[in-house]
Amino acid sequence: MKRPISPHLQIYRWQLTSVMSILHRMTGVSLVFGTLLLSYWLLSAAFGASAFQTAHDLLTSWIGYLLLIGWSLAFYYHLANGIRHLFWDMGRGFELRHVYRSGWVVVFTTILLTVLTWVVVFLC
Amino acid sequence: MAKFTLAAHAKVQSGKDFPAQGAQKTKKIKVYRWDPETNQNPRVDSYEIDLDQCGPMVLDALIKIKNEIDPTLTFRRSCREGVCGSCAMNIDGTNTLACTKYIQDVRGDIRVYPLPHMPVVKDLVPDLKGIYQQYQSIEPWLKNNQPAPNRERLQTPEERARLDGLWECILCFSCSTSCPSYWWNGDRYLGPAVLLQAYRWIADSRDTATADRLQQLEDPFKLYRCHTIMNCTKTCPKGLNPAKAIGEIKKLQMARQL
Repeated sequence: MKRPISPHLQIYRWQLTSVMSILHRMTGVSLVFGTLLLSYWLLSAAFGASAFQTAHDLLTSWIGYLLLIGWSLAFYYHLANGIRHLFWDMGRGFELRHVYRSGWVVVFTTILLTVLTWVVVFLC
Repeated sequence: MAKFTLAAHAKVQSGKDFPAQGAQKTKKIKVYRWDPETNQNPRVDSYEIDLDQCGPMVLDALIKIKNEIDPTLTFRRSCREGVCGSCAMNIDGTNTLACTKYIQDVRGDIRVYPLPHMPVVKDLVPDLKGIYQQYQSIEPWLKNNQPAPNRERLQTPEERARLDGLWECILCFSCSTSCPSYWWNGDRYLGPAVLLQAYRWIADSRDTATADRLQQLEDPFKLYRCHTIMNCTKTCPKGLNPAKAIGEIKKLQMARQL
């Protein structure tokens, strides 16, 4: 007899705890692609003016900005949540109310730093 | 690689409707059903119950269904007061004890499933064989290499206090089956319930096998598949903190290696 496995992802309620955890992993993976983008930009400078111009045009197109904004968002999230993980590794912040408080702090810090970064980029 | 979807034979289909007759205040309970004696997929049956004729807890509703509507409904229950852990199941999307979950705390229909990502024995009864074996593997008993004294082994009040938040665990496995990491690696990762129990003996001042216990847990899967997701602590129906207990074990592992 083949017993079914009971439903899991399909039925479990999404909540701050699990959503922030999977976002940490997803931002971690997307940072790899962001780093490739940055490497391409730096390498293009080594390949001369026209290559750099192509890279610059690509990165300052709307899709380029979208990628860069996404990358900065992922970066700040992974950074802030990484610090949250360091506190857990020291055995601190495990009480559920602290988990929720630190979780929201990470979310707002991420948004704040991303917005600040791009305000500075567009104004300077 | 983790499998995020249900196999074809485990996919849930819609089931039967049991409407309430002549009731004023009703609530719909949607229950996962699987019968090993038929060759059919699991299904969800809907039972409408008369709230004026039912106790306040989800377990009361399940017992009412079994007694009055559908005697084939199968679930575990015993103490009906949150100390035995038998009626742990997934209610309204999170794991808890049916006997301590109020019907009125659920908005809309009440969805009831077995503990997630476990082999199903029947309906709401999951197969706990594997998880009990994992519990056995941490050797959950007092180990002391000193000769047995003529009376109890004494503890200071502080030493005894270290067991608070650990001894209350009733092994309902709500936490382990709420943990995505346990879903994907439950064959090798011990999961929050068993690790909390492991820490319960590590933290016990009367136990002298601490180093052995830590050595046993020093494993990329047994202990370190915990990624501090925190679903365990969020769902524990006894208000305990398995994630903190696991954090303490990780800290001790670190200290041991310095």
